[in-house]
Amino acid sequence: MVSFTKPKIRRKNEPTNDIGLIRSDYDGAMSTLCAGCGHDSVTAAMGRAFFELAIEPYRAVKVSGIGCSSKTTTYFMSQAHGNNTVHGRMPAVATGAMAANADLTYIGVSGDGDSLSIGLGQLVHAMRRNVNMLYMLENNGVYGLTKGQFSAAADIGSTAKKGGANEMAPIDPCALALSVGATFVARSFSGDKEQLVNLIKAGLKHKGFAIIDVTSPCVSFNDHKGSTKSYEHTFKYYHKAVHADYVPPSAEIRASYEDGETMPIELHDGGVINLRKLDNGYDPTDRASAFSKVLESGQSDEILTGLLYIDETTKDMTTRKNLPKRALNTIDYAELNPGANKMAGLMKEFG
Amino acid sequence: MSGPALNDFVIRVANVNGTGSASANGLLMKAIFRMGIPVVGKNVFPSNIQGLPTWYEMRVNEDGYTGRSGEIHLMIAMNAETYAKDLASVSPGGYLLYDSTWPRPSMLQRDDITVMGVPFSQMVNDTFTHARSRILMKNMAYVGAVAALINLDMDVVRKMVEDMFASKTKLIPSNMQALELGLNYVTDNIDHPLPFTLEKRDKTNGKVMIDGNTAAGLGCVYGGATVGAWYPITPSTSVMDSFSKYCHKLRIDPETGEHKFAIIQAEDELAAAGLAIGAGWNGARSFTPTSGAGISLMNEFIGFAYYTETPTVFFDIQRVGPSTGMPTRTQQCDITTTAYCSHGDTKHIVLYPADPKECFEMSVNALDLAERFQAPVFVLSDLDIGMNDWMIDALTWDDNYVPDRGKIVTREQLEDGFEFFRYLDVDGDHIPYRTLPGTHPTKGAYFNRGSGHNKYGRYTEDGEEYKEVVDRLADKWFSARSHLPAPVIRKSAHKTKAAILAIGSSDGAIIEACDRLGKTGLHLDYMRVRGFPFADEVEDFMAAYDTIYVVEQNRDAQLRSLLINETNVLKAKLIPVTYYAGDPLSYKFVMEAISEHTAIRKTA
Ligand SMILES: Cc1ncc(C[n+]2csc(CCOP(=O)(O)OP(=O)(O)O)c2C)c(N)n1
Ligand code: SF4
Ligand SMILES: [Mg+2]
Repeated sequence: MVSFTKPKIRRKNEPTNDIGLIRSDYDGAMSTLCAGCGHDSVTAAMGRAFFELAIEPYRAVKVSGIGCSSKTTTYFMSQAHGNNTVHGRMPAVATGAMAANADLTYIGVSGDGDSLSIGLGQLVHAMRRNVNMLYMLENNGVYGLTKGQFSAAADIGSTAKKGGANEMAPIDPCALALSVGATFVARSFSGDKEQLVNLIKAGLKHKGFAIIDVTSPCVSFNDHKGSTKSYEHTFKYYHKAVHADYVPPSAEIRASYEDGETMPIELHDGGVINLRKLDNGYDPTDRASAFSKVLESGQSDEILTGLLYIDETTKDMTTRKNLPKRALNTIDYAELNPGANKMAGLMKEFG
Repeated sequence: MSGPALNDFVIRVANVNGTGSASANGLLMKAIFRMGIPVVGKNVFPSNIQGLPTWYEMRVNEDGYTGRSGEIHLMIAMNAETYAKDLASVSPGGYLLYDSTWPRPSMLQRDDITVMGVPFSQMVNDTFTHARSRILMKNMAYVGAVAALINLDMDVVRKMVEDMFASKTKLIPSNMQALELGLNYVTDNIDHPLPFTLEKRDKTNGKVMIDGNTAAGLGCVYGGATVGAWYPITPSTSVMDSFSKYCHKLRIDPETGEHKFAIIQAEDELAAAGLAIGAGWNGARSFTPTSGAGISLMNEFIGFAYYTETPTVFFDIQRVGPSTGMPTRTQQCDITTTAYCSHGDTKHIVLYPADPKECFEMSVNALDLAERFQAPVFVLSDLDIGMNDWMIDALTWDDNYVPDRGKIVTREQLEDGFEFFRYLDVDGDHIPYRTLPGTHPTKGAYFNRGSGHNKYGRYTEDGEEYKEVVDRLADKWFSARSHLPAPVIRKSAHKTKAAILAIGSSDGAIIEACDRLGKTGLHLDYMRVRGFPFADEVEDFMAAYDTIYVVEQNRDAQLRSLLINETNVLKAKLIPVTYYAGDPLSYKFVMEAISEHTAIRKTA
């Protein structure tokens, strides 16, 4: 298998973003996934979100684990550094990279196997640390790359392609995230590009750990009748609870604000996420309310989507650790070296 | 046999852990040091927080030998639970001091030693009321008793007590009183001083007493490390404690309060490795300290760092394994694992410090080497070096030091047309160039992957392309051999065809064994290896002798295997001398093992 570079085609009057780049400037290598795989749609949504936010690709860092989903970091933004780490361990690498340079935008891509089985420990600890990154969990209920074993996200009763139903309770990434203190929790579907792009934009702009659990069907191993992660099933039970729009700092903000319906959440960069609740009586800034809503939906067939919870007040890791405004990796050695005189002083302690 | 003689003897103190005896023992040792007499301390402690036996052994030796002697001349038996063992361990002709508040006839079993009783508990209980202070004061009382027995300079001790409690001065009188209790009792009731005593010297000028982990943490500060990640594990934890302490002291911006360092306590060692690797990949100098169990968990990540050529530093402070083993005892048991850690074809750069000074220096070396060779680098220390206080020359720093950041391509270089491919050997030195994320808008990005990649950094499943990269990795690794700290050779005064080869903390015991064996007519040269891959001198050295004793602290003669595997040395020439009971190596063991081997050879 080889990776192909996509030919760049620039059309006349091609729309540009605020920094003069066109959409294809956010492309990567040609995908090698199965035709129709949900992950490819998520890749497209990520490229679009970065394009619309006018983030310079080289100021972003893509990190991933291992799996079909984790491969996709090569398929967008080739001008961004990528790090395809080891299975289930992307959060640690992302966190270390973040410590070295918090000036860049970090996006992590993982699968349900990578995140909820082998990598469960690292995922929850990245959430606890509130590492400032967006974590995309491309959830297809199976291990695609190792040919279709059930993952820990498989629903009870969901059947395998070769027959046999899953009998163990699934780990719901959103319930998990809410319980360990993630500060941005969303769910979406690879088949709803509009919602997904909006959520990615909001997640990238959130200062802290943002997770989006994206149902992303595996056409080769989990798209059959009886699977609860198929396109058909997801389209049927898909339910939008909260709509989120990111409004950049420069734009007119409270234009469409109507009390009781739209809820603006101010972000650290001065932008705003406008939350439009589609369900009455649901407060996405209240962890307990979000938690019960997620648990309730888990008991039905309903797939609750949208920005389910947001908290902009908890400090992210770099703020909590009092890291400098400039990146640690840019500090000159002269500033890090305490010097020979200090050493002579320190040695008195030991004499 | 060493001592006992003036300024040449061993004191062993038996305590119960959690009773505050560590500061009393520290006081005793430091006072000897401040009298200008070289001394080393070895702490033998249990894997437990309170209530189990612990021993502290001080070897006073004005010739400056730092290894254990294997003798005990004065035993301070403060733990009734271990009386029998302590009594048995005193060298013939030695002395034992115990708390005679409860007299023990059984203490008089041995007629080849002198047993002395001091009613410590009774005196302390009569003088102090508070329960906790009675426990602590008993420690001070035995320091006073020992002072009288060996002519410890009480002015030095008093001055140290004043310094110790400088911030809590109201504790000074009671501590002084406790010292006097012990001192006066011995003065009035016991034959003193002992035949072996202390006499002031000036042999500790310019020296300090420091443990290797503190020195390693300090090395990371001076070496410019900014990201440290770890998961607590004895005996490595104090590396991070030290880094943290000195970063908080020296690396906080006084104006903004910003921290010019990030210390992250990981959820496990897998994460600690990932954190350090992520930071190293992103251009921060990073490290993670751990011990054998942690290295086992880090294996997959270490291979990832090796294959993706990501710099970072691993400290392995060895303890007794496998599994949990004896976590508070020392060994050199991770020699093989660190050399070849992870699956597939992997070989690493490993440094072998022998004392705290080298822990400091090699921390800086390791940070440089990791970036120069774009590889994980190991510093293989052990519990003995890491957690015991050693006497070394005071650490110094050269402000002209410039970190070797290796081959990092800058934005300007890319602008000027530098054609960047991640794994291309442009300079013929087997080392490629790397870029850091966020460098240039259109040039310089690459995809770091543990999956097959070719020299351009692109994904490959082509066998030839794969081989080209891993062959270069092997060459790169091998080329590091002349950039590591060189081996140290110590020649005997006589020409000889026998030698010792070793690494790390065995040094003190070996030097002493060589000197003493020399006096018996058995002359040995000695090479201490300080890095892996082995320098060319290692091969040359081994070629020059008929017999080479490979002395090491593990069961399987791991260093010997590594030498056989990585050099052309004749296997039969390498005689294994292995000690792995968990306490630091003594010269006596080395001497006996080598004498025995020579005797067998003579009779055979
Ligand atoms: C240590 C280790 N164990 C096992 C594997 C094999 N493996 C590769 S991907 C994968 C599962 C991936 O599942 P998921 O994250 O859901 O990704 P998907 O392919 O479904 O997108 C497994 C088990 C591995 N690469 N590394
Ligand atoms: S196996 Fe499934 S997850 Fe993997 S590429 Fe194919 S469809 Fe996608
Ligand atoms: Mg999956």
